[in-house]
Amino acid sequence: MEPKKLAIIATKGSLDWAYPPFILASTASALGYETQIFFTFYGLQLLKKNLALEVTPLGNPGMPMPMGMDKWFPVLGMTLPGMQGMMTAMMKKKMKDKGVASIEELRDLCQEAEVKLIACQMTVDLFDMEKTDFIDGVEYAGAAAFFEFAGESDICLYI
Amino acid sequence: MADFDQELDASGLNCPLPILRAKKTLNAMASGQVLHIIATDPGSVKDFDAFAKQTGNELTESREEGGKFHFLIKKS
Repeated sequence: MEPKKLAIIATKGSLDWAYPPFILASTASALGYETQIFFTFYGLQLLKKNLALEVTPLGNPGMPMPMGMDKWFPVLGMTLPGMQGMMTAMMKKKMKDKGVASIEELRDLCQEAEVKLIACQMTVDLFDMEKTDFIDGVEYAGAAAFFEFAGESDICLYI
Repeated sequence: MADFDQELDASGLNCPLPILRAKKTLNAMASGQVLHIIATDPGSVKDFDAFAKQTGNELTESREEGGKFHFLIKKS
């Protein structure tokens, strides 16, 4: 039987939004899906050798904050230098405490499971990114190549 | 508890790690062998059921004991 196929477009480059593509891709592979993730725009950050992903509550009223800060701490306070780094450190600690995998670990598991990781060549050029900054095993292609796989897919997600 | 060939303790791990570890362990096992998985993630109950249905491996036991979830999966 032909394996099912999952095609994902990953467009976001923050720590929180790095999870859905890698969780879904690694799980799909475990279920026998053939899987591709197409990374474009800010999603390219997820392919860097040295991940520097952060999380920000700015513009995100749905983000649960420590100590109920979302109720009393002024939104503008989150723009202070160091706040984003602090929120990121707290989020990472919480994830570790709860047994949530790191992005590096999930990404490794995806590569082990032969999930195909494709970087959008156009955005790589647009942002003057260096291919040497990306992990090994990444392929570079454009929209037409994505459709070649996505057109045959059973599930296609834009994240 | 029925017999099993291998055991995987996924206690403390959260979605999707118990499933990914189980899949990896099953890959190295022979057809017909049974894997015993221990997990603490409440989501794993439905997940292992779904995993078995989609991969063709048989979930022969799924139960909770002492705050932990135990699964027996027979490799297809």
